[in-house]
Amino acid sequence: MVSLSDYLILSAVIFCIGLVGIFINRTNIITLLMCVELILVAVNTNFIAFSHFLGNEAGQIFVFFILTVAAAEVAIGLAILTLLFRNKGSINVDVTNSLKG
Amino acid sequence: MMNTFQFDTALLLVALPEIFLLSSIVVILLVDLFLTKGFKQVTYYLTQFSLFITGLLAFNLIGHPETVIFSNSFVLDNMASVFKVFMMGATMVAMVYSRHYLTQHSLFRGEYFVLVLLSVLGMMVMVSGYSLLTLYLGLEILSLSLYTLIAIARERSGAIEAALKYFVLGAIASGLLLYGMSMIYGISGSLNISEISAFASDANLGSRETLIINFGLVFLVIGIAFKLGAVPFHMWVPDVYQGSPTSVTMFLSTVPKIAAVAMLVRILIDGLGAMHPYWSDLFMVLALLSIALGSVVALMQTNIKRMLAYSTISHVGFIMLGFVTGVVTGYGAATFYVLVYVFMSLAAFGIIILLNKKGFEADQISDYKGLSKHSPWFALMMLIVILSMAGVPPMLGFYSKFFILQQLVSAGFVTIAIIAVVFAVISAYYYLQIIKSMYFEDSEKEIVVSAPMDMKLILSINAILILVIGLFPDFWMKLALSLF
Repeated sequence: MVSLSDYLILSAVIFCIGLVGIFINRTNIITLLMCVELILVAVNTNFIAFSHFLGNEAGQIFVFFILTVAAAEVAIGLAILTLLFRNKGSINVDVTNSLKG
Repeated sequence: MMNTFQFDTALLLVALPEIFLLSSIVVILLVDLFLTKGFKQVTYYLTQFSLFITGLLAFNLIGHPETVIFSNSFVLDNMASVFKVFMMGATMVAMVYSRHYLTQHSLFRGEYFVLVLLSVLGMMVMVSGYSLLTLYLGLEILSLSLYTLIAIARERSGAIEAALKYFVLGAIASGLLLYGMSMIYGISGSLNISEISAFASDANLGSRETLIINFGLVFLVIGIAFKLGAVPFHMWVPDVYQGSPTSVTMFLSTVPKIAAVAMLVRILIDGLGAMHPYWSDLFMVLALLSIALGSVVALMQTNIKRMLAYSTISHVGFIMLGFVTGVVTGYGAATFYVLVYVFMSLAAFGIIILLNKKGFEADQISDYKGLSKHSPWFALMMLIVILSMAGVPPMLGFYSKFFILQQLVSAGFVTIAIIAVVFAVISAYYYLQIIKSMYFEDSEKEIVVSAPMDMKLILSINAILILVIGLFPDFWMKLALSLF
């Protein structure tokens, strides 16, 4: 029997991988988008686990909305990435350094 | 508690402003498709018209008894209605200023207005959100529209870079906020704000429950601080302000702040008000860091948009201090502060846009040299705005700072009030620098004000009101207080 805390630990681990991935990633922006998705997956796992163990459906409904929003978010992210490639000819993190002061 | 599914058309009247705005967005999107080149201005007028009607509908609902509809996920109370009216007004002013900028820089497209209206819709949902789900959805409608709005200047690599940075950091912030929400849901068993509040204020809450709520609370505070732009979650603010087209910077630095404060009130005060001792400590640290860093780093800026970004960070610090007090009058002072900030920021960016020309951004402080000779009237308006931001009496900005400090002192946070005042004095230096270049320096460049009459008129009214309302702030302060 898988207990609630197992799910929570799994999701915490995925969450941390996503978060750390964003901060130590210095090469590709696509990786950033993947890390953002990992964070959302961790949250979804949390919601579904809680929803199952509480016997309350609201959490699972929330997950549907998160999935939809995540799809929209990635669509916009990739569109911005395309524009970045057109402007700079590269999608490496280090091309985004012209704004500072 | 079981929610029975109920559908009564009379209940829809409570959400009438949102429903009207959504329908007009759809209409405007379609109408814009069929407009030929010479008639693109129609989109602008339709946008202003629908914002005006939405504001009127929201105004009509002020004084409506508190109602919760849509299975306890949407609330209408006085705070929601008043915030909505202010948001509509601010957006209308922002659109007047934007039109000049957009035509000057050939960015005038129908999508711009549709995206602005969509983000306003998202903010209205946030202001009225009464469950974690509605709050999250409102926030995402707002953020997704803003990312796109920044990237609307497709050919400027600075704007694309700003959009990307805002996107990545905004997505992290939403992720953190969601993680916090999932923890709160897991322990309280509900997404509804009033049920969460009932759970959190239960007197026999075990230490395990308190611990888990606090764990979620930290994530919620970080998520909200990201959205407000408080230190140390402020990294995106200067870059996004500098890189975005100025009209978008103006919009995203003003109206969304009202929505962010509304979300803060819904989650942390309506929902987790019982946990105030825990989150107020976090807020105190964030607020002091924001005021300190915002005031000090702004001293070294030469780009006025970047400087205003740091000034926003320190204003956000003051707003957060209002919530540290933990008393209703303190929350009222913070609300008053955010409304005043929106007012001042609109005027400041309005003047930057006013001096824009084709191919010229007027975003360096040195571009303001000799403004008093070329355009004495608008130099005076800028003087009023800058003095108000610095907090000089009798401008409106003085009273907003004064009320916050007054509440802090009467709640016993004297040391914090003193630190805030010291940094406010330091920040006066960079505000005065702009005045110095406007009045005491000369430039060989001719400054031409080519803006249309409506923009000049609205901008002048906007700036003069900062002075006039500053002389009679009582009514507005009472209004802000009555919201809690």
